[in-house]
Amino acid sequence: MNAYVYIVGMCLITAVIRILPLLVLRRPIRNRFLRSFFHYVPYVTLSVMTFPAIVNATASPLAGAVALVAGIVLAWIGANMITVSAACCVVVFVLEFFV
Amino acid sequence: MTNREAFRIGIRAGIPIALGYFAVSFSLGIAAKAVGLTPFQGFLASLLNSASAGEYAMFSLIGAGASLVELFLVTLVANGRYLLMSCALGQRFSEDTPLIHRFGVGFYITDEIFSLSISLDAPLNPFVNYGAIAVAVPAWSIGTALGIIAGNILPARLVSALSVALYGMFIASFVPPAKKDRVLLFAIPVCFMLSYLAFRLPYVGELSEGTRSVILTVIIASVLAMAFPLKDGETKEGSE
Repeated sequence: MNAYVYIVGMCLITAVIRILPLLVLRRPIRNRFLRSFFHYVPYVTLSVMTFPAIVNATASPLAGAVALVAGIVLAWIGANMITVSAACCVVVFVLEFFV
Repeated sequence: MTNREAFRIGIRAGIPIALGYFAVSFSLGIAAKAVGLTPFQGFLASLLNSASAGEYAMFSLIGAGASLVELFLVTLVANGRYLLMSCALGQRFSEDTPLIHRFGVGFYITDEIFSLSISLDAPLNPFVNYGAIAVAVPAWSIGTALGIIAGNILPARLVSALSVALYGMFIASFVPPAKKDRVLLFAIPVCFMLSYLAFRLPYVGELSEGTRSVILTVIIASVLAMAFPLKDGETKEGSE
């Protein structure tokens, strides 16, 4: 098959996955379980995607682990998203000189 | 907040996303080159899909000459998590938002743009998303094309450092709400532990990262919703 078929095919399937729930669930959900479930989903899914992936993403796992801790501390004391993100990069860049 | 201000906020928030995307998409381009894609095809694949794991999977399917059925199944597995994100995001739209914005925001739900959306107060202003998309998606698409053209031009150490930019964004999205919500404060370390266990476990560990995230999210969020349901009328958003 032509490469464009794959590119456009995946685009269409993914667009349905991404857009359909937004179109179907237009009103606030009343059901208490579902409401709570969707309240927790973002935080659970982002934390699950962060660890252990951050440790596996860097050339040195230690640098990734330190970046994780540094990011959590900075976010905790109120640093904004750009600062946290940049600090994590700097930590890895500097630490990988030594390890 | 006017739409213009929202767009500007989105652009600013989009800059770290764009930097991280650039590094990741560059290596994605190297994978695309390996299966013979042209720079334009790589650009188009990223512009239309904006999904790292999904695109990696797509390139290997192209290399293998896989069927449409395989493409369909692999897309569901690699990109299924966006279904959950879309459901959660739908609850943050104000009901009077014109329908067209549900298409606009939905088409570009990525892990990082989703993370940005949930770090801001509800209701969601689509123009914040558009601002972030305006800088992040070009970086992602051009990065892919450059990866195909230039191969290994970025030093590996720089790629390694930039690759954590995206995780930094995730951290900045889930830590502040955890500071204000005891359930989350306890749940997030548990998520870390379970995610690590799932990564280590036989069989489960061999699933794609995307699939593992979906399974873990459904299980953990269900347990939390049963054990700590929201009170009636309570909407408690993360940044309250």
